[in-house]
Amino acid sequence: MLAISGEVFTALADPTRRALFERLSREGEMTVRLLTDNSGVSQPAVSKHLGVLKHARLVRARHKGRETHYSARPRGLAPLVDWMTFYSRFWHDRFDRLEDLLKRMDP
Amino acid sequence: MTDGPMTTTRSLVIERELPHPLEKVWRALTQGPLIKEWLMDNDFQPVVGHRFTFRTTPMPNWNGVIDCEVQVIEPNKKISYSWGAFGLGSVVEWTLVATERGTLVRMEHSGFGPDQDAAYKGASYGWQKFIGNLERVVAGMN
Repeated sequence: MLAISGEVFTALADPTRRALFERLSREGEMTVRLLTDNSGVSQPAVSKHLGVLKHARLVRARHKGRETHYSARPRGLAPLVDWMTFYSRFWHDRFDRLEDLLKRMDP
Repeated sequence: MTDGPMTTTRSLVIERELPHPLEKVWRALTQGPLIKEWLMDNDFQPVVGHRFTFRTTPMPNWNGVIDCEVQVIEPNKKISYSWGAFGLGSVVEWTLVATERGTLVRMEHSGFGPDQDAAYKGASYGWQKFIGNLERVVAGMN
């Protein structure tokens, strides 16, 4: 059965956090400052969102000097993939049962 | 009969055309004893705001209960209910369209709430496309 942690979903339910995760996936390791520049979001807000992503194990942080460098952790998406796989199988099976029922029902 | 599963990052969509009249499919989707036959035991009522549960055999780490609330009922057209399981909220939506051969049934199960514009301006290709790349990412994990 599916035993998932909701943390990945909660983390990715927020569009700003998804955008940050996407950008790190696409561009590789970045500092908070670089992620904040021209982003339209304040640095404390970016840091806070990165903290949530880190807690959900979607990003990793590396401290270098006075700055923290963040990078995406694609493996962190595994719970999302598990969810899709589980429910895809579940609903296909239920559609089959629905078809069987419709054959048995009065018109 | 067509069976076209499509996945985006945010939701799971399954469509099938069934060779039965729309009214009959609607009954199978909205009458508790019939829903039990193909989905799960339930106390569903086709009333917006009605809270109900689907119940299945409990398993280790799961009591087998799915907490739901009816969100939309448009007779012979659309039903949606929230679907809370494993501590995670999601939404299941059914849409029916009459066709020449029967009824096109579309089910969408969304793991996230409705999308909003990101406040952050660093995303150039959006979540949908990102999710489109998910399979590649996952393949790379193995």
